[in-house]
Amino acid sequence: MLELKNISFNAENESGEKEILKNINLKIDNSFVVITGPNGGGKSTLAKIIAGILTPVSGQILLDGEDITHMSVTERANKGISFAFQQPVHFKGLTVYDLIGLAAGKKLGIGEACDYLSQVGLCARDYINREINSSLSGGELKRIEIASVLARSTKVSIFDEPEAGIDLWSFGNLIHVFEKMRSSLGGAVIIISHQERILNIADKIIVLGDGAVTAEGSRDDVLPKLLCTVDSGCRVLSDAGKEACK
Amino acid sequence: MNKTELELLKIIADMDGKAEGAYNIRSNGQLADRHVTENIDIKTKTDNPGIDIIIKPGTKNEIVHIPVIISETGLNDLVYNDFIIGENADVTIIAGCGIHNCGNEESQHNGIHTFFVGKNAKVKYVEKHYGEGDGSGENTMNPTTVINIAEGGYMEMETSQIKGIDSTSRVTKARLSDGATLIVREKLLTHGKQTAKTDFAIDLDGENSSANLISRSVAKDDSYQIFLSKINGNNICSGHSECDAIIMDNGKVSAVPEISANNIDASLIHEAAIGKIAGEQIVKLMTLGLTEKQAEEQIINGFLK
Repeated sequence: MLELKNISFNAENESGEKEILKNINLKIDNSFVVITGPNGGGKSTLAKIIAGILTPVSGQILLDGEDITHMSVTERANKGISFAFQQPVHFKGLTVYDLIGLAAGKKLGIGEACDYLSQVGLCARDYINREINSSLSGGELKRIEIASVLARSTKVSIFDEPEAGIDLWSFGNLIHVFEKMRSSLGGAVIIISHQERILNIADKIIVLGDGAVTAEGSRDDVLPKLLCTVDSGCRVLSDAGKEACK
Repeated sequence: MNKTELELLKIIADMDGKAEGAYNIRSNGQLADRHVTENIDIKTKTDNPGIDIIIKPGTKNEIVHIPVIISETGLNDLVYNDFIIGENADVTIIAGCGIHNCGNEESQHNGIHTFFVGKNAKVKYVEKHYGEGDGSGENTMNPTTVINIAEGGYMEMETSQIKGIDSTSRVTKARLSDGATLIVREKLLTHGKQTAKTDFAIDLDGENSSANLISRSVAKDDSYQIFLSKINGNNICSGHSECDAIIMDNGKVSAVPEISANNIDASLIHEAAIGKIAGEQIVKLMTLGLTEKQAEEQIINGFLK
């Protein structure tokens, strides 16, 4: 169980200090949770605060009851938190195989490393010895990033906009990765996403807007309402959504 | 050879005292062992210290090892090695110099290697430089490589200096004929108060000749590196040089590229990037459970791999 208590975060901008997160309180158990909401609402900031990349100005983060608020990124990683970056980092020299091995925390056989890549739809043989640099496309880097989190298989896995930078066609395949993750859920999977197809497989949806939780609940409760709020009429895919919009 | 010398030999040339094929081991300025084959002859020079390595035309898939080891403190070793690679040959040459300096005087190795790569010959030249020892004596290496590649010839040079060399000045000069290709990959890591100078001067004289110089280096502690590269495109040719350096602590790196196109069809590119390890790289590896120090090590090992 991951618990956030009264988390606030400020950032400097031209006009002084801006409140990015305002007193966030959340409890995330071992389920498939999607955090959504408008751009600039504080979603990525929240994810980075959970991973320890950013430090909140106030509040507490508890993992299975243990206060991890002041733990480093490394300590949190070793306690069981994984984080897939929205924009994967480039490395000169480090190969895909190296990264997957580091993520798994042990020397992997080529076959094992390839399994993780196959899961994200990459033909492993073509990628295993590639350097993680700009010779790979944005979509390829993104898949490798997701594979690195799969290889860790931790209590909490956070994905910051896995769809960003991936074309719609490729993303269709990637949905299966998350569907599979959901069915074999061993811990909490937290995905920051705007994608309806991701929202559709959520157990729980949290809507973050202007630094605060504006809605929180099961998919069936939150999603239909969420789809109704789209300005240009009702972009509804499901019957439940249509009903809710009437 | 004693245990220290055998260990050095293993590090620089991956040899267990002997090797398959032709070899010449120079130890403390003297010939320690030599073996020649039907196609590869090694002769001691009569005018200067050093050897001639003569590879018969058409020799295929043979390897020559020519390591140099220095385990005496205060030794100043100078050698002139000439490599004559016959037409259509395809060979690998593994050189390297290891210094074990336990004394307080400077040990120095200056190697002047001259290559004559014959028409359509292909050669891979691997050179490792390594120093160790507990004494306060400095380890100095100043390799000079002069490369002449005839029509259609191809040379690939891999050079690395990863540890223990206090001062180095590495000069590589090359002249390429029609259709000749040169690829140089340099890896360098300096630490402590070490200094390293790399100086490339390449003349692309031949039509459709090409050169690609790739240097990756890391400067740690108070070390200093300077990378000079000069490519002259004197014909229809293509040249590319790339200097990529990571600086850490108080390390300093200068890159001074020079590309001169002396022909309208010369196409030359230089790229240089120097900077510390990107913070996001360290953070990414920390999210995988590595400490900051472990993350740095992984990034550097990968970079110099």
